[in-house]
Amino acid sequence: MTDQERELLRRHQDVLAREAGSRGRERARWAEKRKEIEQAQDALLRERGRLYLVRSSKTAAKVPLVKNMLWAFGVGGVICSVGQGFVFLFQRFGLALKDASAASTCVLIAIGAFLTGLGVYDDIGKRAGAGSIVPVTGFSNSISSAALEFKREGFLYGVGAKIFTVAGPVILYGVAVSIVVGLVDLLF
Amino acid sequence: MAVKKIGGQSLVFESRPCVASWAAVVGPMEGEGPLKSEYDMIMKDSLFDQDSWEKAEQKMMQYSIELALKKADRLPWEMDYLLGGDLLNQIITANFTARVFGAPFLGLYGACSTLAEGMILAGILIDGGYGDSVGAASCSHHDTAERQLRFPTEMGVQRSQTAQWTVTGSGAYLIRSGETGVRMTHATVGKVVDYGVKNASDMGSAMAPAALDTIRAHLEDTGRNAADYDYIITGDLGRRGFDSLKTLMAEEDLPANNLTDCGLHVYGGNQDTHSGASGCGCSAIVMGPRFFKEMRRWPRKKLLFAGTGALLSPLTSFQGESIPGIAHAIAFEWTEGENSK
Repeated sequence: MTDQERELLRRHQDVLAREAGSRGRERARWAEKRKEIEQAQDALLRERGRLYLVRSSKTAAKVPLVKNMLWAFGVGGVICSVGQGFVFLFQRFGLALKDASAASTCVLIAIGAFLTGLGVYDDIGKRAGAGSIVPVTGFSNSISSAALEFKREGFLYGVGAKIFTVAGPVILYGVAVSIVVGLVDLLF
Repeated sequence: MAVKKIGGQSLVFESRPCVASWAAVVGPMEGEGPLKSEYDMIMKDSLFDQDSWEKAEQKMMQYSIELALKKADRLPWEMDYLLGGDLLNQIITANFTARVFGAPFLGLYGACSTLAEGMILAGILIDGGYGDSVGAASCSHHDTAERQLRFPTEMGVQRSQTAQWTVTGSGAYLIRSGETGVRMTHATVGKVVDYGVKNASDMGSAMAPAALDTIRAHLEDTGRNAADYDYIITGDLGRRGFDSLKTLMAEEDLPANNLTDCGLHVYGGNQDTHSGASGCGCSAIVMGPRFFKEMRRWPRKKLLFAGTGALLSPLTSFQGESIPGIAHAIAFEWTEGENSK
């Protein structure tokens, strides 16, 4: 603790005691003073953190950016190619393009959930990063992994309450954005 | 050699550490309760000018410690140790409070028995000669606790009649060596006791057997009778748990006429809290302001404080576990100046 911090804390304690011991307008005045000291304390903490970060970041391990990006590109590409393969397959069986992509999405979701259940998807995700998170298999993984995790707390407060912990934001804002896009499409 | 231990689970404080000062900072609802004139600071709302309840809770604890120290004319970093805890995950309130103070800090979790746990450890540190002034504090906030342990605060649920109201408040106590005043003579470290209560809205019933276990052990170890104390005070059993404890004590032929519970002293009868108060802050804002304050005027000048805790988490409840309880007891005695040893 620096002398400056101690001095602020000593003043804080003093002002706080005066605030606690007074009434009405005088109390409000002391409260204002207390808040000023607290702001100074916060600023001191932030500044110390900033300086420390500058010093410590020099020795921080480098993130292997190129390697990570290659992995993400490769795995993401494979997942998308598999999806595209299913689209072609379903088209050959006579589905229209729109229906074929919907069916393909369903299959990818099933595969994602299956791999999650086998405990493989997290191994893929460890290397691929966004490459296996962004495709729909990642969405499937986020839901099925949550369901697995919270089964022990029961189907109501466990699975029921927690299944969308990771996917929740995607669903909520996905639906919200789709409404906006739909409206725009309708109007223009 | 365990020279300061007596019986199965009790210890003797030979130097009789003293509760030198205390302070309580509470929320608006507690500030309307029967002890309102005894609190050092009453927050005008549950946010306390902060942008989250968690931050408000942290400020409450910090202020209570600063004010308690001020009364003894001490600066925060002059504490030899600070012992503290709260109900939130990773005891964030205590940890972030200790960040401000620059005093050696040990974070504690004993659920609502945290204050008693802290006081016992403070007594041990002082009696062992490891320090002269130790701060013990514990804190809870109704809204942070609800949000973590139960439901969103604005959700329209009907609270059970056995449910207790988590106190918004923090109490801090400065324990020091060798002075006149409220002094710690004995402590009994509790065992975890589980009688299979599973209802998380009835924690009083879950903790009552633990309170009985510790009080009984204390009386056996020290050779004292319940009637040697002006009061035997449990931490936060609430109305329901208190009634259970009285029943249990009657079964064991222990007199319970001087028995009371901190959870019955925080709110007035018209405050609609159902079974009374609970939470880490409950005993912390009652022991000093209600009991220590007037101890010198009592006939025997002795009290036994048994801080109670329900050691559950939402996770164990959902996994179908029952609620283990614990109680730690400390015997206090008012003594004047020289006749200490």
